[in-house]
Amino acid sequence: MSVNDTAAALPAANGGALPIGGGLPSNLLLRFSAAALLWFAASGVTALWPDAADAQEWERTGEFASLLVVAAGLLVLAALLAAAIRPAPRSRLEAAIASLSASVPWLIALALGVTGWEILTAKLNLLPRPFFVPPQALLEVYLDDWPRLLDCFAASLRLLITGYAVGSILGVVTGVAIGWSRAVGYWVHPVLRLIGPLPATAWLPIAFFAFPTSWSASVFLIALASGVPVTVLTWSGVAGVNSAYYDIARTLGASPRFLVLKVAVPAAMPHVFVGLFMGLGASFAVLVVAEMLGVKSGVGWYLQWAQGWAAYGNMYAALLVMALLCSGLVTLLFRVRDRLLAWQKGMLKW
Amino acid sequence: MVALESTDTQAGVAGMTIDVQAVSHSFDLHGAPLPVLDGVELRVEPGELVALLGPSGCGKSTLLRLVAGLEPPSRGSILADGRPIDGPDPSRVVVFQDPTLYPWRTVRDNVALGLEARGLLRSQGHRIDKALALVGLTGFERAYPHQLSGGMAQRAALARALVNDPRLLILDEPLGKLDSLTRLAMQSELVDLWRSSGFTGLLVTHDIEEALFMATRVIVFSGRPARIKADLPIDRPYPRHRGDPVLTELRHRILELLGLAETW
Ligand SMILES: Nc1ncnc2c1ncn2[C@@H]1O[C@H](COP(=O)(O)OP(=O)(O)OP(=O)(O)O)[C@@H](O)[C@H]1O
Ligand SMILES: [Mg+2]
Repeated sequence: MSVNDTAAALPAANGGALPIGGGLPSNLLLRFSAAALLWFAASGVTALWPDAADAQEWERTGEFASLLVVAAGLLVLAALLAAAIRPAPRSRLEAAIASLSASVPWLIALALGVTGWEILTAKLNLLPRPFFVPPQALLEVYLDDWPRLLDCFAASLRLLITGYAVGSILGVVTGVAIGWSRAVGYWVHPVLRLIGPLPATAWLPIAFFAFPTSWSASVFLIALASGVPVTVLTWSGVAGVNSAYYDIARTLGASPRFLVLKVAVPAAMPHVFVGLFMGLGASFAVLVVAEMLGVKSGVGWYLQWAQGWAAYGNMYAALLVMALLCSGLVTLLFRVRDRLLAWQKGMLKW
Repeated sequence: MVALESTDTQAGVAGMTIDVQAVSHSFDLHGAPLPVLDGVELRVEPGELVALLGPSGCGKSTLLRLVAGLEPPSRGSILADGRPIDGPDPSRVVVFQDPTLYPWRTVRDNVALGLEARGLLRSQGHRIDKALALVGLTGFERAYPHQLSGGMAQRAALARALVNDPRLLILDEPLGKLDSLTRLAMQSELVDLWRSSGFTGLLVTHDIEEALFMATRVIVFSGRPARIKADLPIDRPYPRHRGDPVLTELRHRILELLGLAETW
């Protein structure tokens, strides 16, 4: 099967509509079939088109083609489910198929992208090597080097979570203290003014020298990077609390402790979360730098190591892992926020 | 609606005596002092329900804040049961002009605020449902404030105060945002509540009929800085009738005092 076949299949997808029951779009079967067809095509291109003669023969080409067939098969399954079983409206299956069908344009674009990538690299060898590798090279890394990648992933996650947790907790506590106590504000505010804008990575040489291990130094740097925005935003949140909230609690017999924990902190929470998001972003940057320069493990170290060996497949594989790690944590934080700040209306969706 | 029973110890809380002695107060506005209260003298006996009337911005809310203990007066002193007020106390509960519910708490948790702050949630938690029923908010326990109408928010604020079984209930236009029908019903409810539980009440209102229907006494203030212009006892039995000719006569007098006689 060639690329032309897949291109020809596209208009058909938008053509005749097939009525299907339930709340699902009526041309669902066609949309899923078109996507499935393109994934089959991608697999065919990978498996049947021989690799360029003037370059190396890539490993794991067969496995990659099988993976693409599996993806295509799943789409066929989804199409059949949508058409034949006619899931009851509002069933979980219907919801799953509906959300999958919303991603059909993406699934089509991905199939085309993978096919194009495959052709440009392995099949025609048009892109400069060794900087560009075909997708099966990434698969090869995941299949052969997964223990090390998994180790690095776990190490990065542990370092990041530790530093971020320390930074966020200290940040919230400091922010509340500055917002609440004039004395604390007097002493901490100027320090924060001076130190805050400095990128945490500027402390790197001192940190690696001053801390007993590079790991603890990295925790410090990540905590610093995430702690500063959390502190500043928590503080501004606490400072901006409507004073009527305090009046009400005070006339009802609230202690200062209650005013802080049950009035100031929840009222400042929307601000705190802005700080937490900013801090998370900053901590990613510091994590990668710290791992590249000091810590002998983690995805950042793996990136550096792969580059040193000109193992670009490994590098792309690690980059993808890093992207999944960061985006996963950001998504998690959004979930937490949506749950804790459900009382806010008109929330942003990501 | 259900009546809110008072604490188990006695039938009816003993109302509080409030003694406002030569109180003057001024704010700082753009560096210059803004006199708001001028030599206010007022004694409220236990169990009285005193309505405060006066032009907008004269200083009524300010006086209530001083009585609540949220601010000390610039001059003079205020005594509660003969002791000087040196801060807020849960025996003196305020329903503010603005409901200011906590947006992050449900209606029920907002009403629970006072009990929670004093660690009484366990023992007195049952009062919350009664207070909510009293203000007609049953079924909205789990709603958030942004899901309430303005009038419902005001009623939730009222429930938040009532649940604490105060000895002095300070009401700053508590019914201001209610529609006229709910308002009339709530006036009767409040009077019943006050008569059955015996707290002392201070009520700021812009509605002369409301003051005459509810209060044992009406205090009329001058414009800013507020001075007491008249202190009129309303010696009519409860439950009152809105068409009572004595009240109509008093209404005329109050309008005269407020400089609005020609509108009558
Ligand atoms: N915190 C403050 N700082 C400066 N001025 C204030 C402050 N609070 C109130 N004032 C001023 O004091 C005056 C009286 O205010 P207050 O809220 O007591 O009026 P009010 O009689 O309750 O009016 P209304 O009936 O409109 O509610 C107003 O002129 C207001 O501008
Ligand atoms: Mg007022």
